[in-house]
Amino acid sequence: MKQLERTLLSAALVMTCGVAQAVTLRVGDVGDVQSMDPHSLNESLQLSFDTNIYEPLVGRGKDMSVVPVLATKWSQTSSTVWRFELRKGVKFHDGTPFTADDVLFSFKRAADPGSDMRGYVAPLKDVRKVNDYAVDIETTAPFPILPDTLTVFGIMSKKWCEENKAERPVDRRKGIENTASFKANGTGPFRLKERQPSVRTVLVRNFNYWDKVETNIDEVVFTPIGNDSTRVAALLSGELDVMEPVPLQDVERVKSSGNYTVQQGPELRTIFLGMDQKRDELLSSSVKGKNPFKDKRVRQAFYQAIDEEAIKARVMRNAATPTAEMVGPGVRGFQPDMNKRLPYDVEAAKKLLADAGYPNGFEVGMNCPNDRYVNDGAICQAVAANLARINIKVNLSAETKNTYFPKILRRDTSFYLLGWTPSTADAHDSLYNLMATPTDKGQGTFNLGSYSNPKLDEVTAKIQVETDPTKRNEMIREAFKIHQDDIGHIPLHQQALAWAYGKNVTLTQLPTNYMYFKWITVKAPSN
Amino acid sequence: MLVFVLRRIFQAVIVMLSVAFIAFMLFQYVGDPVTNILGQDATPEQRQQLRADLGLDQPFPVQFVRFVGKAVHGEFGLSLRQGRLVSSLIAERLPATLELSFTAALIALLVGIPMGVYAALRRGTFMSQVMMTCSLLGVSLPPFLIGILLILFFAVTLKWLPSFGRGEVVMFGHWSTGYLTVDGWRHLVMPSVTLAIFQLTLIMRLVRAEMLEVLRADYIKFARARGLPNRVVYFGHALKNTLVPVITITGLQLGALIAFAIVTESVFQWPGMGLLFIQAVTFADIPVMAAYLCLIALIFVVINLIVDLLYFVVDPRLRLERSGGGH
Repeated sequence: MKQLERTLLSAALVMTCGVAQAVTLRVGDVGDVQSMDPHSLNESLQLSFDTNIYEPLVGRGKDMSVVPVLATKWSQTSSTVWRFELRKGVKFHDGTPFTADDVLFSFKRAADPGSDMRGYVAPLKDVRKVNDYAVDIETTAPFPILPDTLTVFGIMSKKWCEENKAERPVDRRKGIENTASFKANGTGPFRLKERQPSVRTVLVRNFNYWDKVETNIDEVVFTPIGNDSTRVAALLSGELDVMEPVPLQDVERVKSSGNYTVQQGPELRTIFLGMDQKRDELLSSSVKGKNPFKDKRVRQAFYQAIDEEAIKARVMRNAATPTAEMVGPGVRGFQPDMNKRLPYDVEAAKKLLADAGYPNGFEVGMNCPNDRYVNDGAICQAVAANLARINIKVNLSAETKNTYFPKILRRDTSFYLLGWTPSTADAHDSLYNLMATPTDKGQGTFNLGSYSNPKLDEVTAKIQVETDPTKRNEMIREAFKIHQDDIGHIPLHQQALAWAYGKNVTLTQLPTNYMYFKWITVKAPSN
Repeated sequence: MLVFVLRRIFQAVIVMLSVAFIAFMLFQYVGDPVTNILGQDATPEQRQQLRADLGLDQPFPVQFVRFVGKAVHGEFGLSLRQGRLVSSLIAERLPATLELSFTAALIALLVGIPMGVYAALRRGTFMSQVMMTCSLLGVSLPPFLIGILLILFFAVTLKWLPSFGRGEVVMFGHWSTGYLTVDGWRHLVMPSVTLAIFQLTLIMRLVRAEMLEVLRADYIKFARARGLPNRVVYFGHALKNTLVPVITITGLQLGALIAFAIVTESVFQWPGMGLLFIQAVTFADIPVMAAYLCLIALIFVVINLIVDLLYFVVDPRLRLERSGGGH
């Protein structure tokens, strides 16, 4: 009935306004959202899209700050217990009121073996209901960045999931489909109207949304267009309002058409090189009986021989920000004053290499993905060409991510390129995954060259439990300093996002590459 | 007759099994979907566990046998990328590909045959020279380039036609069709022309060559001697005899159109099986790849079978030889 009333009301509105028309935003993206299930896949496009339908307890503001969403406020009642007050009067799209039971249910669901959100709930010991509008979350150890980790996954309706037999995320191993993969019922500003995988996904405004939103969009039509040229053509022919990513070689063309804006903001992802510093002899190198990367002088020689400015200008067409740190601006713990790269200096590099006992250089194998990051294969080629100037012969093997990642995760590499976005937008994530000594407990999973410094491990462990922000920042500085002094990795740059949109569109681009439709407005074309 | 069919079906099964076997052998090299499924925050044990649960740690003959065992029950499992049943994914995509291929085949025939006839009858004229030159272009230009050029011209510059997708479709049960809406037709034009161009030029050149051959045959001379008008000679006698090989080739090429629609589909974001396959390859989505390859093999096998049966029906000599015990 309500639905009918609303329809009539909006019909009446349309008639009175005369010219008012449903505002549709047509979005094109290189990939498709894989599932409507907010717990099924930890991938940025998926999370970005689903967050318009399903909301987390805690969200991100336009400046990446942590802001209340379904939780109105939170505080620590002890070092390991947090009290979250929940928003009252929120309804799911099917009209069910949102309560603490949905929160408890969603946390349980996110911890299911089929869920890809397990990493975020792993530090939690228990989630308890205090009353209908408050929950206590207990962590196994003090965990200062709990609110950050809660920004990632959405809250689902317990009732809806039970009715649709979607109490658990889809388990690809069991061969049974799950309603939540193609239907949705969240609390967000948009609800799902139509879902055709790889064809289009249509969202419509939730006019019962609990918050005032700035958008004037009634409908979002999301279309994946994998082919770069077609995606650009679709924008230029006026079939799309927003498109991402713009292939770097087409940025100028899109801009020069006059009708579109290309926004290139830095992404949180940092691209860097890693070196095997564990084995006593490299897997693929002309140097036998010892590992040249164990010598800091060799690592520094590599660092200084790479002309990152040229990579930025030529390979990345200026759509990159060179970096000296393993995290970029926008990540908590980024240190602006420490972001100074060692100078590009071929002579110094040659000298370092000679001092280390390799005056004639050596040969080394390098692994690189060619379909994962922006121009990843070309970056590696540029690095190889740079290193040739100091007589390092790089045997580059660039391959698809499907074969690349299994290989490097087996640590079957001597020298590799990787990109990393800390999913919590906090420096600890990068320290723990990329820089700390690998253990079988998950620490250092992507520290594929096994760089190891016990002092850094110690500080990283302390950062994890330190709740005082100032002290914590000091510790992060200390850890970064250790890593920079050791040249544990060679950071290259933060790649840029590239969104193109019509001049009649205003939007906010986040460094996480999340596209919040609630922040997009479309002006009627002035005919 | 029955023995012949049974023998053919038996051969078809062998072909299908071989295709599946070779496909599984190749899957060793497409990589590992586990890192794609689990994302960056998973622990090594979780990855190992998933790999074991999906059976990816098994040697490929074991994976192959397991696949065949399930496939005979019609089970192809869940797509690793989308978490949906592979069979329903393919069923969703099949209409798009079939409509595209069918339209392309129709364009190729309806345009290719008249052009071929014209080029044969008016050999040496300016128009037929132009046609022959263009047909060379059509054979040598890759479809993705033709597609992109069409998009640039008709979508970006002229803004006449949409550049991607299938447009508005109407559902008939499980079958989605774009034939019933104007929007659907507008979306169909460029992809089907792109896909048709190669076949079109092939058919045109074939018809021309056959026609020239037939026109030299004795019965054409006799027909002329009988004083029949040109129209009857050309279209009643010559073209009819030309069409036998053309129909055979077209039948076989229809399979190729379906299979090679991949490129056209990815250029136009046409939501067919080819696009599904390409996306599956980039994710190493093995269940989808396996099912697709088997389906394409099945389509080829069925078309071949039908063509063989048609020979059998049309050509009485074949029947005689078989029943007579062969050579």
